[in-house]
Amino acid sequence: MDRTKIDDIYRDRVILDHCRNPRNISPIEHYDLLGDAVNPFCGDEVHFQIGLSDEVIENVRFTGDGCAINMASGSLLSEAVKGLTTEEASELSIKFVESMRKSIDQDVDQQFIGELSALISVRHFPVRIKCALLAWSALEDALSTKA
Amino acid sequence: MFDVEKIRLDFPILAKEIFGNPLVYLDNAATSQKPRQVIDALVDYYENFNANVHRGVHTLSMEATDKYEDAREKVSSFINSESSDSVIWTRNASESLNLVAYSWGENNINEGDEILLTPMEHHSNLVPWQELARRKNADIKFIPMLENGTLDMDRVDDLITEKTALVSAVHMSNALGTINPVRELGVKAHRMGAKILVDGAQSVPHMPTDVQELNCDFLVFSGHKMLGPTGIGALYVKKEILESMEPFLTGGEMVLEVSYEEASWADLPMKFEAGTPNIADSIGLGSAVDYLNVLGMENVREHEKDLTTYALNRFKNADLEGLDLFGPDDPNIRGGVFSFNTPDVHPHDLGTFLDRIGIAVRTGHHCAMPLVRSLGVAATARASFYLYNTKKEVDILVDGVTEALRYFRDGPN
Ligand SMILES: Cc1ncc(COP(=O)(O)O)c(C=O)c1O
Repeated sequence: MDRTKIDDIYRDRVILDHCRNPRNISPIEHYDLLGDAVNPFCGDEVHFQIGLSDEVIENVRFTGDGCAINMASGSLLSEAVKGLTTEEASELSIKFVESMRKSIDQDVDQQFIGELSALISVRHFPVRIKCALLAWSALEDALSTKA
Repeated sequence: MFDVEKIRLDFPILAKEIFGNPLVYLDNAATSQKPRQVIDALVDYYENFNANVHRGVHTLSMEATDKYEDAREKVSSFINSESSDSVIWTRNASESLNLVAYSWGENNINEGDEILLTPMEHHSNLVPWQELARRKNADIKFIPMLENGTLDMDRVDDLITEKTALVSAVHMSNALGTINPVRELGVKAHRMGAKILVDGAQSVPHMPTDVQELNCDFLVFSGHKMLGPTGIGALYVKKEILESMEPFLTGGEMVLEVSYEEASWADLPMKFEAGTPNIADSIGLGSAVDYLNVLGMENVREHEKDLTTYALNRFKNADLEGLDLFGPDDPNIRGGVFSFNTPDVHPHDLGTFLDRIGIAVRTGHHCAMPLVRSLGVAATARASFYLYNTKKEVDILVDGVTEALRYFRDGPN
């Protein structure tokens, strides 16, 4: 079997690594925002608790259930938004979702998304894009609860 | 006689490559592939016989009508129906079930009546009854299932009572592969004055079907799962029941006499077929039935039983730690459907991994959400076989799953 074909989705071990050892899963003492997203079609779910200090995301807790791409996406997102203002997190979310929706032959500015770029190759599998986006719906849900 | 390598040559799509690997098509429970003969029948119809049926004195219309009614005869004989008047064309098994729920159900299910189902029904043999029961204040009951995915037949006598109006059961489960004793269920149903419906969506394509021997009142199935085109299915109803049923859809084709005030209904089977029918695909299904008859349904079943036995052994002996394989392990009561789960790999990741090496399997709840949930999982991966699958493909599947488990457990190396 040609391993590289599989590797372009579960690339650089990043997705596999984040799926097996998701980051930011420990309980946090205090949170200001709560966000959830469930895909009723496959049963996957993502939940975030977000602790703010002024406008800055100081603490994130990620919990979820589902496939590797969903879990990795939640974990990577929790890393990516830490230290951002809620506004910056919203912008990142918009940019990321836009990038994921681009067709495979369109270039994506991978600079701004850093480690999140591991998820960009999921575009090779159109049916799996929604797995990568569920966590971002949960993030948007959390940010939208902010008064 | 049954030469699988020769059979494969009839299916153009089986020569396709997926990411550079030969296609290993194991999603037959969702839909089957089509042989050249069926594809040609569709082209032949459109190129040489296309006209509306039952309405015109011109030659083309008569030829189209002959071919169309001939296809009905073929499907009728295929299930050994007493008469082709008992065979109604529908779009698929789902539409057939809805036709029964509305046309028969509305007039025969009353408040307090019970509809008895199995826990392994496809949504299409569950939701129409839920809706009917809601409209009528009737109740739905379920025959319990044993650990091995078979029905607890010891409980059936207690569950079928004078209140029971209908027993509706899947003949072969699309999620577990279980072949249910529907004939025995029918005997028990009839003893209490209830009707028996058999969901043959997975059985009619894979084993000989004889509605007289089964003594079922209703049988539903889809053409697309038995080498035929999409968009055509059938409903068999025992003639005396069909004669008492009111039309489902009304309009053109299904009427005898129409005035500005009222209408009378055409004879069977057209009374249940409003509007211009799916002529081309009916003819395509007739051609699929011809193809299956040449092979012989006994031989199809034997071939798949052989594959099932082989696959059960391979799964059992492979290095697949923690793999949960659902359904009975006796190939005599199991079709070629393999639903499984692995502790370390989510079914969707497994599905994507297998796709990358050319293997098409289904992942998800297989339109049997309550069943899959009762197995304690959100989704499973499912491989399902048909007459063109080979032992070599079983090997490719089992090796692929083994490889995937290793990959997700240990990472790429
Ligand atoms: C057991 C069973 N019943 C009913 C159906 C519904 O068939 P269709 O979608 O063709 O109406 C299916 C199809 O998946 C099935 O497997």
